[in-house]
Amino acid sequence: MNAIMPRPGFGPTLRWRLDPWLLGMLVILMALGCLVLYSATEQNIGMVWRQAVRLSMGLVALAVFAHLPPRLLRLWAPWLYLATLLMLVAVLLFGVGRGAQRWLDLGIIRFQPSEAMKLALPLMLAMLLDRRRLPPDWFTLGMAAVLIALPVALIVMQPDLGTSVLLGASGLCMLFLAGLRWRLIVAMVVALAAAAPLLWLNLHQYQRHRILTFLNPESDPLGQGWNIIQSKIAVGSGGLTGKGWLAGSQSHLEFLPEPHTDFIFSVLAEEFGFVGVASMLVLYAAIIGRGMYMASKCRDSFGRLLAGTLVFLFFVYVAVNVGMISGLLPVVGVPLPLVSYGGTSAVTLLAGFGIVMGLYSRRRFMG
Amino acid sequence: MITHESSATIRNEREESQLVQGRFRFVVVVMLAVFVLLGWRFANLQVGEHELYAARADDNRIRLNALPPNRGLILDRQGRVLAENRPAYRLAIVPERTPGLDQTIERLSDLVPVTAEELRRFERQRQRSRRFESLTLKSNLSDEEVARLAIQRHRLPGVEIEPYLTRHYPHGELLSHVVGYVGRIDERDLRRLGREQYRATSHVGKTGIERYYEHLLHGQPGLERVETNAQGRVLRVLERSDPVPGDDLVLSLDLELQQAAYEALGDFAGAVVALEVETGEVLALVSKPGFDPNLFVHGISQFDYSSLLHHHQRPLFNRFLAGGYEPGSTVKPFIALAGLEAGTITPETRVFSRGWFELPGHSRRYRDWRRGGHGWVDLELALAESVNVYFYQLASELGIDRISRELALFGIGRATGLDLPGEISGVLPTRSWKRATFGEPWYPGETVITGIGQGFTVVTPLQLAHATAALAGRGTTAPPWLVVPTESARMVEHADEYWDAVFDGLEAVIYGPSGTARAVARELSVRMAGKTGTAQVFGRPGDEEEVAEREHDELPEHLRNHALFAGFAPLENPQIVVVAVAEHGGGGARVAAPAAARVVRAATELGLLRAEEQP
Repeated sequence: MNAIMPRPGFGPTLRWRLDPWLLGMLVILMALGCLVLYSATEQNIGMVWRQAVRLSMGLVALAVFAHLPPRLLRLWAPWLYLATLLMLVAVLLFGVGRGAQRWLDLGIIRFQPSEAMKLALPLMLAMLLDRRRLPPDWFTLGMAAVLIALPVALIVMQPDLGTSVLLGASGLCMLFLAGLRWRLIVAMVVALAAAAPLLWLNLHQYQRHRILTFLNPESDPLGQGWNIIQSKIAVGSGGLTGKGWLAGSQSHLEFLPEPHTDFIFSVLAEEFGFVGVASMLVLYAAIIGRGMYMASKCRDSFGRLLAGTLVFLFFVYVAVNVGMISGLLPVVGVPLPLVSYGGTSAVTLLAGFGIVMGLYSRRRFMG
Repeated sequence: MITHESSATIRNEREESQLVQGRFRFVVVVMLAVFVLLGWRFANLQVGEHELYAARADDNRIRLNALPPNRGLILDRQGRVLAENRPAYRLAIVPERTPGLDQTIERLSDLVPVTAEELRRFERQRQRSRRFESLTLKSNLSDEEVARLAIQRHRLPGVEIEPYLTRHYPHGELLSHVVGYVGRIDERDLRRLGREQYRATSHVGKTGIERYYEHLLHGQPGLERVETNAQGRVLRVLERSDPVPGDDLVLSLDLELQQAAYEALGDFAGAVVALEVETGEVLALVSKPGFDPNLFVHGISQFDYSSLLHHHQRPLFNRFLAGGYEPGSTVKPFIALAGLEAGTITPETRVFSRGWFELPGHSRRYRDWRRGGHGWVDLELALAESVNVYFYQLASELGIDRISRELALFGIGRATGLDLPGEISGVLPTRSWKRATFGEPWYPGETVITGIGQGFTVVTPLQLAHATAALAGRGTTAPPWLVVPTESARMVEHADEYWDAVFDGLEAVIYGPSGTARAVARELSVRMAGKTGTAQVFGRPGDEEEVAEREHDELPEHLRNHALFAGFAPLENPQIVVVAVAEHGGGGARVAAPAAARVVRAATELGLLRAEEQP
């Protein structure tokens, strides 16, 4: 290390590394989220309060990660990745949870290693890709493929389709950002299409069922198709301006499944109508746009790839969840980021934004 | 600007940055496209197809429930309840809310017995039910069954114990043929009565008053718009119009007289009809044996139904309304009136009975019931002793046309129009009827036996009672009714002395020294007049009472003749008519007359006669 280099990290003066624009929009999003949550939980102020506490913890995580020097992140990445991978194996062996094993019971808290992997994998990949010049060579690509495939496979085995889709997508996103050649991309798509039947055979029964009902929800209107149909009814009946806060019949008469978690956007769509939906989508787009802008301004490839991938992960959350509740995508258990009830993913996502802010604050100020 | 040591190649920072920036632009464009796609999707759902989904949301949320009206009660003339509505419980299932319907039904049948019939009915309902409709698996649960189900209910999602009102007939077989019963509504009923009116109704009048006055008893269904949750549970009522209960019906019938009439027949199958002479009110109307109408309300079991169907006394058969009997000698007063009116006889005309009658030029003998004959008899004695020869001769002198006309005036061969379904018309013997029915001319021998109520004549007990009421009212009476009063009318006109002459004969039947029914005189507190009769079961024209007297105990029961009695009381001012028919009872004097006398005595004791004297 060169001692003459300017040190933008922790120094004699502790720099404020948070981006006011991004932070402001995130806070607005979370506040709106609590508003919708209040309605979706049948006005359970206790649940809203718990959610606010979790979000605050997420903000703390955001601030902490923003101030971690990138050097440390790079240093820790392999260990973090390895530790998380081991925990995923442990989950399969000792995990708890209904239907699918997703949690590790650590006595005091229950921990979901697949969430940590959402940070660990991008960190690991960014470190790997940054070791050599871009676009990545075959060796690096092979390494990357193994690093992505291992956790995805372990999470599919839990089984947790939603998280593995998110992880796989973020991994591929990073490879794409790193300059993966187009020829290779086309080849992968073709290979995937060819492998689809094989993949189909390896899916769980319930996963196949979900995909089939997605293709034709009316084939099972009271079973698997119920969710999609009722969600579309909630959305469509909201109309332009909605039925009003706390007044959605689909949400409050139990037609909507899990209105406070995965289907919370349906509640918003029903009660606030297209106006509410459009505003929310614009807010998400602005957050993502700001995130991508900040990512592109990072000082090195490590920062750009890492920040870009973390923002992309957030985007995939939004797209999959909103696509699902409007019937564009099959029902996969992906929450609406920072709005759905539940803490782990919110903490991960906010920590990710912390990393983005930290990297951005260390950008080069060039003329 | 190499920050780590393991770089194998010299990196072109600028080139790399451009590559990554290019990829960033591409990703941002893709993201933007996805947001546009999502926005377009929501615009489509929320603005484009809003009305479709709004309607489906309301469909989800709002259910229209038809509310059944309470069925009107049926009461006797004193306001005693003959048909009522009782609270009961039924086991209902909403298939959409029941995961594993088959296992649930299996588990239920461990708790309460579910018959194959009930399962079939459930499946039928299921095929044409709407979504989230509750379908009855078993109705009329016992208290014990309700308790057993209530304990297990949390383990049986979609299963409900629903309270409802069920029809109940507290007097069972006593009124089964008058009041009738309600049964489960079927496709035919719905077509007949109108689907809209019966949307909430499960039962409908199938026979008797229940059927005849269905339109009054049923009432108007109410309607309820309710908001429900996804489980179909009603959360609040948005709008409601109450059902209008059906009308209560007050019958002219007297429950206690009905009871007395039912018991008066003893063990015989038969019918008893008691009418008010002046008004036509039906005071008692018995067809015996009856059956328990409550069995039919919840769907009678195959076993119960077949034992009713194959019972040798045919309890399901309505004898007073659909039972066609030969009138036998009960027709004689009407023949006498025809003879008096035609001048064929006077009250004093005397005929010699040597035991049989022959048409000139024919060898066939028409017998008297007393082997040696009755000697010289006038009209009074001919009626009192039921002398066949007198009426053979009178009938053959009158001719069938005069007889037919007289019988027609008294309503023979014509339904009385009583307000009950299923009345038959009987048969009035005429030349034209015979030609139409058999394509044959009328033979003189047939006129002879028509004179003693045999041959073709067929009456129902109700018809005979109505004819007897016209006789007792000296030609004036009102058609019989149970609920809606009829108008009194003069049916027949005769000179007073003719009525007097016939009345004298009918009085002598009971009070004359040789009257056929003289045995009942001591049972009576008011003076009664009447006529015995015997309807043949095993044809031997002319044998009449003789067979009854002689062979009653020797013949197998199902070959014994039917005993008839038609009478009225009090003699001076006739108010009540009683007709009794005892199937296979042998002679009219032996079984039917005492039964009628018991009814008259009961009516007297119940104050039905005195009370009616006032207006």
